[in-house]
Amino acid sequence: MADEIKFPVEATHIMMFARSVGDPNPIYYDEEYAKKTEVGHILAPPTFPRAVAQFDPDYHLRVKPGEKWFGSGKNPTGLTEPAKSSGGLHAEQHFEYHRQPKPGDVYTVTTKPGKTWEKESKRAGKLVFSETIQEYRDQNGELVVTSRSVGVKTERPVEQS
Amino acid sequence: MALSASKLKVGDTHEEVVIDDLTRTQLVMYAGASGDYNPLHTDDLYTKEVAGYPGVFAHGMLSMGLTGKMLTNYVGDGRLKKYGVRFTSQVWPGDTLTAKATVADIREEGGEKVVDLTLETVNQDGKTVITGTATARIDA
Repeated sequence: MADEIKFPVEATHIMMFARSVGDPNPIYYDEEYAKKTEVGHILAPPTFPRAVAQFDPDYHLRVKPGEKWFGSGKNPTGLTEPAKSSGGLHAEQHFEYHRQPKPGDVYTVTTKPGKTWEKESKRAGKLVFSETIQEYRDQNGELVVTSRSVGVKTERPVEQS
Repeated sequence: MALSASKLKVGDTHEEVVIDDLTRTQLVMYAGASGDYNPLHTDDLYTKEVAGYPGVFAHGMLSMGLTGKMLTNYVGDGRLKKYGVRFTSQVWPGDTLTAKATVADIREEGGEKVVDLTLETVNQDGKTVITGTATARIDA
């Protein structure tokens, strides 16, 4: 993640995101309905802040024109020497909501590393955990969401039990 | 629609089937909306032949999003103060997930009533895929 990302929150993106997590709640797309609720406006589903990935110009999990991609095309991977590791998996995710995200918010998202630690596992070998803290501040500088995520790199693919 | 402290007690539960027979297309939808295009979630060829998994599997954040639907249906819209999970097992196409919240505590925080919940999402074999906690504002 880039150190600082501008994240404009738009109603259409919220609608698409709600559909993508299988949530038909009209508060995520119907303005007339939302106005009559306690909240009074469209709001974003609780895990929406992670869609900040769309706005990170450097995000490594997006195909970019003219760059090799590690997923399949003609071959199972577009890289000549694919990484031996199975790559990173998501181990934990924690959100703290200082207020509810809504359309019209424009966040400045800052990312900083947290702790790192290691653990031995039977199912995937050596595990290396690393924490990332992100703060979402709106156009008035107010903190809206704090996110703490823990990623894990496994020595080998996780065995299926 | 919001919960009220006077009607809640520790140990109360709420559970919902949050996805029935998870489709690969749902994973594509999640990739498109979230911006996480990791081929582990949409590209079976790469996932089998290069990454060494049986096939594509769900983004952890999709499981958390599905669990979040149960959570907001229970506590009401705009009520969450905290929501956190650990991903304990992978979720695969074809899985049916049931998410459950259990009341752990009812207390005051910053002059308002809140409920602390413990969360667990299991697949069709009863295997836990998510454990977590949440805190939400409730009425008196």
